[in-house]
Amino acid sequence: MLEELLFQLEMSAPQIVLGLVNGAFYALLSLGLAVIFGMLNVINFAHGAQFMMGAFVAWMLLNWAGIPYWGALILSPLIVGVFGVILERTMISRLYKLDHLYGLLLTFGLALIIEGLFRNQFGSSGLPYAPPAALTGAPLDLGFMMLPKYRVWVVVAAFAVCIATWLVIEKTRLGAYLRAATENAPLVQAFGVNVPRMVTLTYAAGVGLAALAGVLAAPIYSVNPGMGSNFIITVFAVVVIGGMGSILGSVITGFGLGLVEGLTRVIYPEASATVIFVIMAIVLLARPAGLFGRA
Amino acid sequence: MTIDRRSLLGGAAALPALGMMPWGSARAQANNVLKLGVLTDMSGTYRDGCGPGSVAAVRQAVQDSGVAGRNIQVEVLQGDHQNKPDVASTIARQWIDRDGVDVIIDVATSSCALAVHGVVKEKNKIMLNSTGATADLTGPACHGNTIHWTYDTWMLANSTGGAMVKAGGDTWFFITADYAFGHALERDTGDLVRKQGGRVLGSVRHPFPGTTDFSSFLLQAQQSRAKVVGLANAGVDTINSVKQAAEFGLTRRQKLAVLLMIVSDVHSLGLNTAQGLVLSETYYWDLNDRTRNLANKLKGPLNGAMPTMWQAGCYSAALHYLKAAADMGVAQAKASGLETVTRMKAMPTDDDAFGPGSIRQDGRKLHPSYLFEVKAPGESKGPWDYYKLVRTVPAEEAFRPMAEGSCSLVRT
Repeated sequence: MLEELLFQLEMSAPQIVLGLVNGAFYALLSLGLAVIFGMLNVINFAHGAQFMMGAFVAWMLLNWAGIPYWGALILSPLIVGVFGVILERTMISRLYKLDHLYGLLLTFGLALIIEGLFRNQFGSSGLPYAPPAALTGAPLDLGFMMLPKYRVWVVVAAFAVCIATWLVIEKTRLGAYLRAATENAPLVQAFGVNVPRMVTLTYAAGVGLAALAGVLAAPIYSVNPGMGSNFIITVFAVVVIGGMGSILGSVITGFGLGLVEGLTRVIYPEASATVIFVIMAIVLLARPAGLFGRA
Repeated sequence: MTIDRRSLLGGAAALPALGMMPWGSARAQANNVLKLGVLTDMSGTYRDGCGPGSVAAVRQAVQDSGVAGRNIQVEVLQGDHQNKPDVASTIARQWIDRDGVDVIIDVATSSCALAVHGVVKEKNKIMLNSTGATADLTGPACHGNTIHWTYDTWMLANSTGGAMVKAGGDTWFFITADYAFGHALERDTGDLVRKQGGRVLGSVRHPFPGTTDFSSFLLQAQQSRAKVVGLANAGVDTINSVKQAAEFGLTRRQKLAVLLMIVSDVHSLGLNTAQGLVLSETYYWDLNDRTRNLANKLKGPLNGAMPTMWQAGCYSAALHYLKAAADMGVAQAKASGLETVTRMKAMPTDDDAFGPGSIRQDGRKLHPSYLFEVKAPGESKGPWDYYKLVRTVPAEEAFRPMAEGSCSLVRT
């Protein structure tokens, strides 16, 4: 009995570590979504496409301008963020007064167009993007598994970014303005804060987070136009389980569901794509506002 | 707006004439137009290997067949089945019922291929399958309206799998795409491994499509301590698996068997990651003058990429069909898919893609297959120079012996 338990533990331990790596991506992506939904009330379905753009911009920076990974880590989110500003100013801002569904449909349409354009240009099988030299080489031997250095970096970076974002929103004056504007925009504007600009920059920041996740993902997955749409449905489930708009909720749920998915891959791999949705259904039935959401 | 009696009468008088015009001519035309529908993955994981390139290959075949000179009109349609069998059979039905399509070509993704396989039988039309891999098309599911053209899971298992076992890889673990193709490839390779005295230690099935992270599956493969890790998947799934296997250092102690990998996958992976992999294809652009000739023709429409065996198969299949149809007369070719396929089987095949070949009673097209090794970056002389030829498997040995396929068309 004990032996079997130990065997199970030995089998599961590496999967838990890998689950954390995937959870890092879920957390980063759902964090961006939560920021955008919390502040703008827009369900940003283009998030997957922006994640994919982040990876592609990193590839372009390397191959067309010779800028390596570390440069791309900063430049790519900025470039895609500017794209977000344009999108928000020209299109999304027109829908704030309407129902959520309009924003969802618009961003969904945009996602399909962006993916289609990239597919036409670059094909579907993807482009190679090597991890930076400092993070390649022999994987770390943890005793119970081999873990590539790059994956360790992904978890650390994602965790740090999540904490930083949470701190900015909860503990700084800027964050206080943002939260106040969400509650009552006209009042905050009356105090002399430029609310529309703040909203635009918030959207850009959310998009930038998606692009950052894209750059982090580029060396692991093949950089291909479909990489975002594979993630986005799962990430939406994560956001719904965590509670729409809850920053802390999305981060904790992101990492947590990564773990659950990892374990499912050992116990019953065929269900690994569905397990998150089963949890989503249960959570919606028991707590419609999500685990960390306010009803 | 007011309608007076005169315009109403005039309009009524014009109606029959209107009815005559477009419909009448369309119907008259339909009898001497051969309609080829290329049904494939235009947007998903297999797009680069087939997709728009398959359509271009079929168009090239129409041009090369010379049917235009014999006053036969050919129309090429294209459709995206999104790797969903229900979408595939809906498009196939629409094409046949509404658009009068005679042949459906390519049909990537085994589950979609099997769905369309059923439709063409029911409607007495034809499927010429190039990209779908499951050997069941010429096995238990076989019928007289389908020809399986380019390759199949048995051939892949026999060639790549056989070579790995011979090289000492006698214990296997499979990472399998969880649908008809993956199951068939795992089954055929497993059978071969066992037949040659090896053992299958286990397998894990990943959801298709939509799996991007293979690390958990690779880790299970590592823990199995099998000498060979067989990838029974394809397209972007294989690309991601190989990439992540290198990342996790799997290849230090185990060998990776890429059971289905094509030249566009190698292009996407880059030689740094792909070097040394052993794989099987039935067409490679740089094999001989004829294959280079076909590649040169298709390079333009493919935006400089080299054609894959899937696309070459579409070319070869369309070309042979047009020859047979021209031979037996368009009206007769359109009347019965079964008869046309019978005629195709009776004629020897010969084209730039596969050279001379034939089609067997069970619908299996025969030609040699090749075992390649992917070159190291230093060995490659230029773009798309990726393969070293290891072994040529003659046509008679490349595919499953007809007696073993349990196809009902085979008379013993």
